[in-house]
Amino acid sequence: MALVLNEEQQMLKESAQGFLAEHAPVSELRTQRDAGNKTGYSSTLWPQMVNMGWAAILVPEEYGGLAFGHVGMAQIVEQSGRTLTASPLLSTAILGVTAINLAGSEEQKTELLGAIAGGELTIALAVDEKTHHDPMQIAMSAERKGEGYVINGEKRFVVDGSTADILIVATRTAGSPGDMKGISLFLVNRNTLGINVDQTQMIDGRSAAIVTFTDVEVGLDALLGEQDRGFRALSATLDAGNAHLAAELLGIAQESFDRTLQYMKERKQFGALIGSFQALQHRAAHWWSEIELCKSVVLKSLQALDDGDVKSPALASIAKAKLCEVAELSTNEAIQIHGGIGMTDEYEIGFFIKRARPAQMLYGDYNYHANRFALLSGY
Amino acid sequence: MSDLQIFRQETREWLEENCPQSMRSPVVAGEGACWGGRNWIFESEDQQLWMDRMGAKGWTAPDWPTEYGGGGLVKAEHKILKEEMGRIRARSPLDSFGIWMIGPALLKFGSEELKQQHLPPIIKGEIRWCQGYSEPNAGSDLAGLQSKAVDMGDHFIANGQKVWTSYGDKADWMFCLLRTDPDAKKQTGISLMLFDMETPGVTPKPIKLISGSSPFCETFLDDVRVEKDQVVGEVNQGWTIAKYLLTHEREMIGGMGLTGAGSKTLGMIAAQTIGTTHGRLNDLFMRTDVARWEIDAAAFAFTTERVTDQAKAGQGVGATSAMLKYYGTELNKRRFETLLKIGGSDDLVWEGDVSNNGWMARTLLRTKGNSIEGGTSEVQLNIIAKNILDLG
Repeated sequence: MALVLNEEQQMLKESAQGFLAEHAPVSELRTQRDAGNKTGYSSTLWPQMVNMGWAAILVPEEYGGLAFGHVGMAQIVEQSGRTLTASPLLSTAILGVTAINLAGSEEQKTELLGAIAGGELTIALAVDEKTHHDPMQIAMSAERKGEGYVINGEKRFVVDGSTADILIVATRTAGSPGDMKGISLFLVNRNTLGINVDQTQMIDGRSAAIVTFTDVEVGLDALLGEQDRGFRALSATLDAGNAHLAAELLGIAQESFDRTLQYMKERKQFGALIGSFQALQHRAAHWWSEIELCKSVVLKSLQALDDGDVKSPALASIAKAKLCEVAELSTNEAIQIHGGIGMTDEYEIGFFIKRARPAQMLYGDYNYHANRFALLSGY
Repeated sequence: MSDLQIFRQETREWLEENCPQSMRSPVVAGEGACWGGRNWIFESEDQQLWMDRMGAKGWTAPDWPTEYGGGGLVKAEHKILKEEMGRIRARSPLDSFGIWMIGPALLKFGSEELKQQHLPPIIKGEIRWCQGYSEPNAGSDLAGLQSKAVDMGDHFIANGQKVWTSYGDKADWMFCLLRTDPDAKKQTGISLMLFDMETPGVTPKPIKLISGSSPFCETFLDDVRVEKDQVVGEVNQGWTIAKYLLTHEREMIGGMGLTGAGSKTLGMIAAQTIGTTHGRLNDLFMRTDVARWEIDAAAFAFTTERVTDQAKAGQGVGATSAMLKYYGTELNKRRFETLLKIGGSDDLVWEGDVSNNGWMARTLLRTKGNSIEGGTSEVQLNIIAKNILDLG
């Protein structure tokens, strides 16, 4: 497939650009933060996004969706990286939909996917238990008891964990931490008895929860996919999540670059525009080159997801790793080249690093994905 | 069947019949490449046969007009030819600065007489060309070149010194930048001229590189006679053509990709050489180097793919050749630094079987020139800053 957007994807990109610039510019993030919004996103924005059809993009047509694919969805995500727009798009419309679509029974899909597409349901994915992402190390236990399971343990860095209606929880029903086999996924209502949600405000102003399960009882119908065989679907869901996080980081990198380039053409020192200094020109040119590489690797990984390419896991890891590296470069260069003003809260450029770092770390940072890519490549 | 399907069918049959078996394996690290020219010694009858047959058909320059002996293929046909050659792993019948560089410039800027004179021998591999651009005091600042050609009425007399002339000692003709107006602003007083390397006063001397090989020469010009009709384009307008040629050169170097990449990935080479435990390379620091390189190399490969696809879709951003040249050559240097670390001290042996006569070390040393030749990395960054980012 040619590494370019088709006409429909291009149109979606432009419509997302227009909508987000008008309804959710970077200044909106400041407004939400200063108002002390604990949900981490604007409650009025999400219904508008749903009206645009964005929650339905990955949902198959037979469940009331648009089936527009990952490349299409990522055009919105990339723009939301440029505007730093917080929304349940990632946890609900990407991770939630992907996991349910991959692992869910016909009944679960019929019940849940349509509700997500219609904006009636939000989801949060609960995977990590330690400070570093490593889904094979899942230890949270789910024991078979009577006509159901009992879940015990703690999840952290659960994005939207304090607001989502349903949690998709990755547990261990067999084996020990480190085993691929023995992992099971459950759909659990957030208000179930025994669940305690401790909301944490992250540096990007968004909300990620520590969720504690104490003897939480769920029915057999809560199982998402087969018992002990949940890793495959979880892994594929995380691949999609990482490809989209890479798209968001691309938006962040590009916006940081564009704003900095503009600043280099306005700011004067030593009687000259700072953009006329070769020391800065070369840094900008190198930075631009890196972003060009990022555009290619992100698009490649998204096309692979849409094609069901067997290389999707490796490509997702390449994309996430590369974007972690370049987002770090971009947000650091942005502050350095802006100079003192880049350190102020008043100026928006400093907001990009605050979203970039959580997005980099979520579901695996550079080191995690470089290691995973190496393992997948046989070394 | 559509016309293109018929073309594919005929091409396949022709190649099957005319490409010798020994020419159906890739050229690795320059071994087995054919450069043609008056002084060329073919390494086999097959090599000559392959060049001659392709040259006669015009398929050494598939998209050049047939009136000069070219293949006259349209884009879609050219693509099919490449695919069909790739299918049987047919190697390039002719590597040539004539085809890659001066030919396209002649097609764009040359007089009808110059095209008639020079293009057919280029296509048939009869004449090998070299480039006379850089000078001892004009490297990155190419427009500062001082070698001059003085108008003597019915001819020019050229004097000066060129350097980094690729294969200057093996070439038959030179395309050369010479100053024809010493008083004009530096870019405006330059002309592009052509002359035979056997002209009295032309003396190429090989330069030995740190790698031990001598692919470049310094070329001395002492009262060299250049005919008036061998000026490409107008007198004093050579810089425009030179820039056009430099873009071609950048694309060529950028498009060459990675030296001797072969079919094995860096990770596979490392795993075989160093060994693995539980699927992980035994040297964990090296493992990080290898993974970092492979991630960047994959991103770069997708970028060349995307740039090509964008150009096809008419969405090209232009001037991306500077980025590809910059990134590709820096990546190639990193590749060989990593390979040398994988190989260890055996690869430092300069001569002998253990190191295949120092192949790795010599190639690593040669790659250091990748980010200098055809415009340094710093010059590429200048081009990006000025032409793409609009930084004054």
